[in-house]
Amino acid sequence: MTLFAVLALPLLAAVVCWATRDRRVALASTLVSSLAVFALTLEVMFSVLADGQVTAIANAVAADALSALMLLLIAVVGVTAAFFSWGYMERMSNESGRLWFYYFNFNLFVFSMLAIPVLVEPTLVWIFVELTTLCSAMLVGFENTRAALEAAWKYVTLSLMGAAIALLGFLVLFAAMQAAGGDVYTWEGLVTAAPRMPPALLQTAFLLILVGFGTKVGLVPLHTWLPDAHSQAPSPVCAILSGVETTAVLYVILRMLPVLNGAPGLDAELWFVAFGLVSVGTAALLLIQVRDYKRMFAYSTVEHMGIILMAAGLGSAAAHYGALYQALTHTLTKSFCFYAAGSALLATGSREIGAVRGLIRRSPAAGAAVLLGGLAIAGAPPFAVFLSEFSIFRAGLAEGRYVAIGLLVLFIAIGFFAVLFHVNRMVFGKGPGVPSAVRLPASCTGALAVAGVLVVASGLYLPAPLHDLLQRAAAAMTR
Amino acid sequence: MSLFVSNDVVGSLNTLAGGLFLLCAFGIVTMRQVKGCLQLFIVQSVLLAASAVLLGVLFDSWHLLAVGMVNLIAKPIVIPWILRRTLHEEIYTRREIDQVVNIPTSLLAALALVILSYFLTLPLLQDAGAEIRGVNVPIGFAGLFLGAFTLAVRREAVPLLIGVLAMENGAFFAGIAIARDLPFIVELAIASDGLILVFVVGVLTRAIHKHVGSTDVGALAALKEGSGEEPGS
Repeated sequence: MTLFAVLALPLLAAVVCWATRDRRVALASTLVSSLAVFALTLEVMFSVLADGQVTAIANAVAADALSALMLLLIAVVGVTAAFFSWGYMERMSNESGRLWFYYFNFNLFVFSMLAIPVLVEPTLVWIFVELTTLCSAMLVGFENTRAALEAAWKYVTLSLMGAAIALLGFLVLFAAMQAAGGDVYTWEGLVTAAPRMPPALLQTAFLLILVGFGTKVGLVPLHTWLPDAHSQAPSPVCAILSGVETTAVLYVILRMLPVLNGAPGLDAELWFVAFGLVSVGTAALLLIQVRDYKRMFAYSTVEHMGIILMAAGLGSAAAHYGALYQALTHTLTKSFCFYAAGSALLATGSREIGAVRGLIRRSPAAGAAVLLGGLAIAGAPPFAVFLSEFSIFRAGLAEGRYVAIGLLVLFIAIGFFAVLFHVNRMVFGKGPGVPSAVRLPASCTGALAVAGVLVVASGLYLPAPLHDLLQRAAAAMTR
Repeated sequence: MSLFVSNDVVGSLNTLAGGLFLLCAFGIVTMRQVKGCLQLFIVQSVLLAASAVLLGVLFDSWHLLAVGMVNLIAKPIVIPWILRRTLHEEIYTRREIDQVVNIPTSLLAALALVILSYFLTLPLLQDAGAEIRGVNVPIGFAGLFLGAFTLAVRREAVPLLIGVLAMENGAFFAGIAIARDLPFIVELAIASDGLILVFVVGVLTRAIHKHVGSTDVGALAALKEGSGEEPGS
């Protein structure tokens, strides 16, 4: 029942938005539903920890530890993004008459993402991945400026192209399962049937899915739309796009891992490591030359997706734990980074790094937030991203993958210095130094504070249930 | 169900549908008019439905017949209707559209893609019962690749949308031969998903037309590294 409620609440909120077409009612329903969904995902998490699995409909709607982790991540960012939208959209939007439409799409977008982890039938999951694109297209282009529409167009066409490729992948996967005599087309059924699948079919299916959904995750060389969409969308939407949407789609690729490992003679993990490293390396080099700070955080997303994919390909349970831990810390930190970027945009009205020098003097709150976010996402200790990257490092050394880990450390170091160089210029650089007259709206400061506390706290302390959940989710990937 | 005609005839008809399907994919890459692109997409969708029905007869599968019917309603009828509602003037004012590369070059590249897809799918067709899949799978992959190629060479919004839809047609053309027991509810959901896709892209195209003044989305190239910024958002 809980799983149905998790899906029904955002849908209900969307219906309310559509029916009333009033921005206050739309906002209120969004806030209430996002908080309720968060509470319900906590309940799902505890039932999964108690029973191992929550099943609503057998072979259709169910959640294991990996699903519960994804639900939790989506719900957390859903709450903070809803609160940040409150003040941000009132202040920044040129389209205030259509704000109900923003919240309508916001709720549909959250709904489509929440459906991805709780559905266990791969083709149904595919449908909801496609729906995330379609529901967020209007959010990316919401401001109707030339740049926003261009970003939305690139985002939609490339994501839909990827989705069509992945669709063929899922159809071939179905054929592979049938050839192996399996009859339940679920993630579980696939793992069971994997040892008897014809390797050619399974490999083709995997590559189509990797390329197709890799486009949506932003893996190099299919990442070109990502910095555009993730920089032009309104900041709370960027937080969702970068923080959880990419991770939710990457989750689908990660679900393929136990299937591939169950089949003999497929070197699938090499693809994970290679694709991951190429993404991390390219993103790290591109991070050096950015001029727009929202694009900087977008490239950092490409980097982190690469890290997660690569860690998943290292093979051991410890590496899988590291990959999922990285997904968790990236989601918390990156959403905070985009709230910080949104606050800087509110305070200065510019997205250019060169134009916001001396931010700490112009708006201490925005400056401190950008500094905190930059340090945390670059992976400075004692923040959580450092810890998760270190756990991947240790797992890789334990596996004896010295070349891959060496390259990863090199790329992460390049990315680290690039991000901190830009953040340093933004926060402390010599600028006009005139305090900005803009005060951040209270809801934005509140969302920043909550997200900031999560960023800091997750670096100091990982609650026992969360650690347990990560371990079980990693075990689900390792089978 | 094969009381009236022999399986050989049905198989040959399916091969014919496959050949025409591929021809339509070529046409979508090279057609000079927006309306022509759309018409070719409609013909291609009818051929997809025809192949589903033929395979349904061949394999005695009601399920495939139903898939054919869903495709016959959703793609050739509902999708053009949605496009007419959202983007009438985009399609029905007579317009010449351009390509990034010239037509002979793109035809040659398309041909190379078809040959590539034939070789890529060879390992999938090693086992028994491959005659039918031998038609549908390589042509389906080729349809997918040609759709992607359309996305690469077109600059106008509506032909790009048709490229995406042609990719899905290609995926399905292979799918009906290899995944014919896919739950019917899933097929229905995918078809309705396609309708939402056309609606959303249609609305987005209309917004671009209204706020940018043209649907030459290839000309939208302001967002890249080192470019200046635009105020707002």
